[in-house]
Amino acid sequence: MVSAPPAPKFVVENLSVQYPDGTESLRNVSLQIPPNAVTVLFGPAGGGKSTLLRTFNRLNDLVEGTRYLGKVLLDGENILSPKVDLVALRRRVGMVFAQPVPLPMTVRENMTYGLELAGESRRSKLVRSMEEGLRAAALWDEVKDRLDEPAGALSGGQQQRLCLARVLAMQPEVILMDEPTSGLDPISTAKVEDSLQTIKKKYTVVIVPHSVQQAGRLADWAGFFLQGELVEWGEGKNLFIAPKVKRTEDYVTGRFG
Amino acid sequence: MRISRIVTQRIAFTLLTLVMAATMLGILAIIAYIFLKGLPALSPEFIFSMPTHGMREGGIWPAIVGTVYLTLGTAVIAVPIGLLAAVYLSEYASDSPFTRAIRIAIVNLAGIPSVVYGLFGLALFVLFLGLGSSIAAACLTLSIMTLPVIISTAEEALRSVPQAFRLVSVSMGGTRWQTVWRIVLPQALPGILTGVILGLERAAGETAPILFTGAAYFLPQLPKSIFDGTMALPYHLFVISTQVPGMPVKIQYGTALVLLIFVLAMNLVATLIRSYYRSRRQW
Ligand SMILES: Nc1ncnc2c1ncn2[C@@H]1O[C@H](COP(=O)(O)OP(=O)(O)OP(=O)(O)O)[C@@H](O)[C@H]1O
Ligand SMILES: [Mg+2]
Repeated sequence: MVSAPPAPKFVVENLSVQYPDGTESLRNVSLQIPPNAVTVLFGPAGGGKSTLLRTFNRLNDLVEGTRYLGKVLLDGENILSPKVDLVALRRRVGMVFAQPVPLPMTVRENMTYGLELAGESRRSKLVRSMEEGLRAAALWDEVKDRLDEPAGALSGGQQQRLCLARVLAMQPEVILMDEPTSGLDPISTAKVEDSLQTIKKKYTVVIVPHSVQQAGRLADWAGFFLQGELVEWGEGKNLFIAPKVKRTEDYVTGRFG
Repeated sequence: MRISRIVTQRIAFTLLTLVMAATMLGILAIIAYIFLKGLPALSPEFIFSMPTHGMREGGIWPAIVGTVYLTLGTAVIAVPIGLLAAVYLSEYASDSPFTRAIRIAIVNLAGIPSVVYGLFGLALFVLFLGLGSSIAAACLTLSIMTLPVIISTAEEALRSVPQAFRLVSVSMGGTRWQTVWRIVLPQALPGILTGVILGLERAAGETAPILFTGAAYFLPQLPKSIFDGTMALPYHLFVISTQVPGMPVKIQYGTALVLLIFVLAMNLVATLIRSYYRSRRQW
């Protein structure tokens, strides 16, 4: 007997996103993000991958006048509805950016920032989630003696893992990553990729990779985006081994032009 | 014949250095002159005692106390209002014709001559609100004069905090106010303090705004409440330099020196704060 597939974490229905200057950066996109898996969104520049990620935590709203059409359901609840509590949403859906941006404070303060914003003040709880977050991001051993140093003193690779760790410490449900390894050396990149394998057991991960190779390595599910459209959507490595659409094939084989 | 670029650059550089040296020399000369002429007058007695014999003898204590009161009073009024306005403009207000009009107004207000503020204060605070010529009216007038400086420097300091910090904080579930309070304000603090001190420095040194609103020619005792008038260093200096016949030159320069030290000390504090924070800044 096969058990029913788990309910999707996000259901995207006919989503279009328009920036105030009229750019339609996503057109009529529909897809489902499964829980406890790594979903990869890839494609050439300007395809709308970042826009989709920033729809999941409504960070696009910081650009005043951005318009959404369609629906995005998180556990069945439409997060595009005007009634949604954005602060609560962003606590559930954490994000790691392309450039590591440690907040201008110590490593420890970076790690407790998210929970403190949420009103957590119990020291034991803060310390525990700090350590858990740092361990899950494979950073604990490197920084356990440097917790009270300014976070800016860490190396670039460590800073980026700190950015992942501080999101993990908030214990969100979803982790969005927008080209998180684009500025990192291969070893740091491998560390981040490795930690994703454990992280995805507890979290839903949506990632925009910085290369097709990385997309192929990480994908449990993958979507190929081209100029605001979802061209192809598929499970596992299929999209990379046997793409069904010609444009996907051209892109993954590097014949794109 | 064309002059080579290197020569042009050298000429420009030399000219700029000369101009700067001339400016610096002028300022240094003024400071040195006042120090030389004023230093002999300085003594604990000069600083801490009341003026006597029609101000031709004794000290300048009430003027010093008055200037301290006026500066502190102005700080108490202008700093919170200025900060809130700057935070509003930089963090909350969207770019609209309305906010643009406010910004232009602020820039223009900063350029209005101080005597106009004095007349405004006389009309609004002294007469209309009935505060009379008092510390309260003078502080309010000085605050109005200082606010544009505080608002525009503070706004600039807030804006110079990298946008990425705000983005990260908001993406971690921070409200706008949490982000401002925990990230933006601390990062902007050195720039804000510099603006605050520059503004207060101007308030401490100006005569015209307090002339009709609170400064007294001579008072036999220190002010007892904010509704009393007060003596103040800049006005006192004006009085003893132009209004009192037979005034010893020593006292004039001594008073000028005390005012100069007061203002320079504020400047020094601003510089120290700025360099302390700059050395700790991580971006
Ligand atoms: N703030 C904005 N205002 C206007 N247009 C925008 C804005 N941000 C993105 N766009 C446009 O939306 C489209 C999609 O951008 P998006 O950043 O989502 O693409 P992407 O797939 O992430 O590209 P990249 O691989 O370069 O990161 C592009 O045409 C881009 O120019
Ligand atoms: Mg992008």
